[in-house]
Amino acid sequence: MPDFSIDTQSLKRCTLITLQGRIDSSKAPVLEARLKELMAEGAYRFVIDMSQVDFASSAFLRVLISTSKAARRFNRGDIYLAGVQPRIREVLDLAGLLPLFKLFDTQTEAVGNW
Amino acid sequence: MQPQKLTVSSALHDLPRVIDFVRQCCRAAGLSEDAGFACELAADEACSNIMEHAYSGRSDGVIHVACWVTETSFMLRFRDYGRAFDPAHVQKPILDADLTDRPVGKLGMHIMRTLMDDVCYEFDAAEGNTLTMSKTTSVWSTPD
Repeated sequence: MPDFSIDTQSLKRCTLITLQGRIDSSKAPVLEARLKELMAEGAYRFVIDMSQVDFASSAFLRVLISTSKAARRFNRGDIYLAGVQPRIREVLDLAGLLPLFKLFDTQTEAVGNW
Repeated sequence: MQPQKLTVSSALHDLPRVIDFVRQCCRAAGLSEDAGFACELAADEACSNIMEHAYSGRSDGVIHVACWVTETSFMLRFRDYGRAFDPAHVQKPILDADLTDRPVGKLGMHIMRTLMDDVCYEFDAAEGNTLTMSKTTSVWSTPD
């Protein structure tokens, strides 16, 4: 598994972002910058595939919160999370974020819900 | 496991080295995968706090990291010489607010306090800031 990578794919109904590796506090700003770029280009409907992410710190949670706030403004979009591994789910839970995000088992399901 | 030490700079790009170091120590100590994950995450939160707050994003600071085990616990210590930072004064995050009202920060300290069994902060003018955390475990798996 690489240290960390971001793959972006524009689909008909949303933008699919596939993350791979470990999102520690030094990598989260890279993801934040990419999401800001996409929003500047007019993309606000996201699916983030987390199935290949085995570590995520609070810096990632901050990116999720700030990006979701921006994406949801004017009802123009949201972030759906797909394939979140159990330990990352626990981190989301202890930060009280589980009720605030739509989680799907697979990216296909998440994309289909847009 | 013999006590292990690592010294890194306060530059954010050194953070993965710290997490790798803690992961290797957890494995050498025979910590379970779940307990190891908790220690790695707490290490990320502690170290990124030092880099961001104690050293205010400067990259010329020094961070000493040490790991050791006691009979019942895995111990993790961070020492820096940046601005004094007392976690006890950090407000608890709001965890039940709607996304619109949810502050973006303050989660790191909450994660450390939740995942680790003890989080202790000390400041000394000569020794700098010392943050010591412990993860108590009754289950030690076979070390690598």
